[in-house]
Amino acid sequence: MAGSEADAKERILGRIRRGLRRGPLPPSVAGGLIERLRSHPRNLVPARSRLPRAEQVALWRANIEREHATVADAERPEDIPGLVAEYLAAQNLPPALRLAPDPFLESLPWDSRPLLKLGFGRAEPGDAVSVTPCFAAVAETGTLVFPSGPSHPTTLNIMPETQIVVLRRSRIVGSFEDSWDLLRAERAAPWDGPAGLRFMPRSVMLVTGPSRTADIEQTIELGAHGPRRVHVILLKDDPG
Amino acid sequence: MLPTPKTAPRVALFVTCLVDLYRPTVGFAALRLLRAAGCTVEVPPAQTCCGQPAYNSGDRADAAAIARALIPALEPYDYVVAPSGSCAGMIREHFAALFDDDPEWKQRAERLGARTFELVSFLVDVMGVERVAAAYDGTVTYHDSCSGLRELGIKAQPRALLATVAGLRLAEMEDAELCCGFGGTFCVKYPEISLRMVSDKVERIAATGADTLLAGDLGCLLNIAGRLTRLGREVKVRHVAEVLAGMAGEVPPIGQAKGG
Amino acid sequence: MHITSPAFKDNARAALADPGLQRALANARTGFVAKRARAVAALPEFEALREEGRDLKNHVLAHLDFYLEAYARAVEAAGGRVHWCETAEDARRTVVEICRAAGARTATKGKSMIAEEIGLNDHLSASGIEPIETDLGEYIIQLRKEPPSHIIAPAIHLNREDWIEAFRTAHAHLPPDRPFAERKALIDEARSVLRARFLAADVGITGANLLIAETGSSVIVTNEGNGDLTQTLPKVHIVLASIEKVVPTLEDACTILRLLARSATGQEVSTYTTFSTGPRREGDLDGPAEYHVILLDNGRSAMLGTGFQDMLRCIRCAACMNHCPVYGAVGGHAYGWVYPGPMGAVLTPTLIGVDKAGHLPNASTFCGRCESVCPMKIPLPKMMRHWREREFERHLSPAATRWGLGLWAWVAQRPWAYRLAARAGALTLGWLGRKRGRVSSLPLARGWTEGREMPAPEGETFHARYRRLAKRGLA
Repeated sequence: MAGSEADAKERILGRIRRGLRRGPLPPSVAGGLIERLRSHPRNLVPARSRLPRAEQVALWRANIEREHATVADAERPEDIPGLVAEYLAAQNLPPALRLAPDPFLESLPWDSRPLLKLGFGRAEPGDAVSVTPCFAAVAETGTLVFPSGPSHPTTLNIMPETQIVVLRRSRIVGSFEDSWDLLRAERAAPWDGPAGLRFMPRSVMLVTGPSRTADIEQTIELGAHGPRRVHVILLKDDPG
Repeated sequence: MLPTPKTAPRVALFVTCLVDLYRPTVGFAALRLLRAAGCTVEVPPAQTCCGQPAYNSGDRADAAAIARALIPALEPYDYVVAPSGSCAGMIREHFAALFDDDPEWKQRAERLGARTFELVSFLVDVMGVERVAAAYDGTVTYHDSCSGLRELGIKAQPRALLATVAGLRLAEMEDAELCCGFGGTFCVKYPEISLRMVSDKVERIAATGADTLLAGDLGCLLNIAGRLTRLGREVKVRHVAEVLAGMAGEVPPIGQAKGG
Repeated sequence: MHITSPAFKDNARAALADPGLQRALANARTGFVAKRARAVAALPEFEALREEGRDLKNHVLAHLDFYLEAYARAVEAAGGRVHWCETAEDARRTVVEICRAAGARTATKGKSMIAEEIGLNDHLSASGIEPIETDLGEYIIQLRKEPPSHIIAPAIHLNREDWIEAFRTAHAHLPPDRPFAERKALIDEARSVLRARFLAADVGITGANLLIAETGSSVIVTNEGNGDLTQTLPKVHIVLASIEKVVPTLEDACTILRLLARSATGQEVSTYTTFSTGPRREGDLDGPAEYHVILLDNGRSAMLGTGFQDMLRCIRCAACMNHCPVYGAVGGHAYGWVYPGPMGAVLTPTLIGVDKAGHLPNASTFCGRCESVCPMKIPLPKMMRHWREREFERHLSPAATRWGLGLWAWVAQRPWAYRLAARAGALTLGWLGRKRGRVSSLPLARGWTEGREMPAPEGETFHARYRRLAKRGLA
């Protein structure tokens, strides 16, 4: 940081402390705060996020459908290319997909649908339909969780007009807190920082249905800047 | 609900300067209702004003001076009851805040505040009154005055008692809880905005088809009655205590002449 | 932004007489209130969450220095840069420096009230960088060259005709007689016009609803997705955030987010809630190469330890103004600066001075509806009263008011004087209104009698009648 910026920082911190009528926090207090960051305790989690499994999945579905997404069920992974092709035909969309370079998506039998044109990578202008994985989904509000990474470029969530999401049912959790805990558990990287883990990717998008606006006369219209359509293919990978 | 006192409580009636100046009948209605509920009521002669005008204008010093004059007059009683949500609210919720630098007065203000109530909520919540012996032939709509509603939780109590008035029909208005635009000095400092708010309130009243408007605060009632009369609307405006005490026949509605 | 707060009364008068504005406000008012009520009814824990939100923010403010330093360290560990800016001027200058270093010619913008507060757009333009608003509401007011009138729905004061007119004028490359049969046509056109600008932008500037100390993340919420396109596509992302936006952990962010959308639009969650942490990582196929955070003070630290500290809990949801009958009557432009409604009435004087913004905390009846819906339980009327106290101390209120209050206070401390004055008043007004029960015009109270009759008093004071009856044993 440049010298004058370091001064600005010290002046701001100084004014904060003067307002609070104290100097820098003593180590005992700071230690307690560091521990709070490290242990990240949960605050109140609404009861609706703590339902039994079957109701939890049903709640996720009801919520996301209310928010104008659509959901189709897949019994087995092999069914997915067919479900994608059917959806494109039903929506009268061209059979061209931009897929996330995700190992599971790459492993699907796309050659069972040879008329589909596939490209893997980030979204390009002109891509009409993207296909992405889904790290987790939150039943509380019908939300999809998209952490960025080499196998999930963020532009696939926002540029095309249609996003098809492949979600394993086992990844539906009750609350937002549950999804953060999954991320911490599965994406942790070593870090010797003073507080917390390194596990956040560059971007985590929590998406609840297609893009919309109510800016004109307070009435909802879909498809403002992000996708107009969000279609979830729910793979029944758990006993349910 | 608070436990009902076992012996006849000694109540100081704080009539409020608006009732004193404008509509003494409301004070007498309060006396009648409190006595019917089993209270011994006195009117401490040293009472004047609760100090809201000064307080809400930012004049803390004068508000504190007024409070220091009023507190001793009201302290010697079990309860203080006022036919006004804003005045009761001033004493109950705000007097203590006037004495942040004075622990002795702060404590006196807190103690007094804890024993101070608006009239209808006192009757229902403290004295356990469940019905009144009055009759009123008319359709009534009720305006929830802001301080009473949001500072003192007055909502169900007036409606509960009005439901026991023989012959009275209650018609709820939309936006009963929306401010009428009085706000003390607000109505003369920002008259056009105030006028818009009271006009909206008048439209809501008209939409109920009610022939009578009631509320628990005289400031609101004067404001709404003033607008209704200017617009030539035939709605009778009264303080809720007048109807509950069966005294509506003793005084014309607010803003109307005798026999008019 | 040009300040017109001193002209609040004139602004309000014009607003009340503007039929288009009144129509737009009526829509907005009923919509937001009903939607919030439904959302609150659907979450039994809402009241408990309000208390948690208040306590959480109070905890952060009491340890703001710690959390800001932890946040900044985490940003830097993720490869981002934090710029501590004391004033609006520092922030503007820093943003332009970053843009210049990146050779930027255009900058897309997500909605940011901080950007309005510091007057960023004009400064960017003057520095040769074209700012492009992408939030639809901000886009149209940029086209119309007017300020926002609401902190989450900036174009709430407009009707459909206004949109159509603005688009016809601004999008001159399209057929001038094209029809706009439905709202959808406007949305589609904006989408297509702005997509090109998103793709071409060199820099993306967003605000931040929250900053997270645990991870060094900034959080934005939108329904359109414009914030995401703004912060993902260009090679540089600049986050504008004031210092009170920080919360400790992701769990704390969950608490605030549960309150935010419900209080703002009545949604359970905004369509896009995005957590950004630094620039693109090794192996990422997209994302900005540079990530900068402008941490702005601009008067916040000065609010700590004062009667206005609670205002720092504000999460900019706009519930207060949606429920305010004064805002509902006059709209946001009347307040004359960036922040309207009850939160604006408290915050504006702290940021631009009570001598300019003095009307704002006075134009309130203290009905308390704002406080009753504030998700962070901010005592807004109490702080507006606090401003009135400051004005009274500084003799900013009119002399006649001070004189009148002083006289009333003198009288009110002397029961004998009070009773005389009350009797005189009751008798005079009673006499004036004896025939019709009311008085139609009162020279000293024109504000009242312009629109209302003044009801006549009964003519005798309560105390006088009580004493009379008591003497006869009839009281």
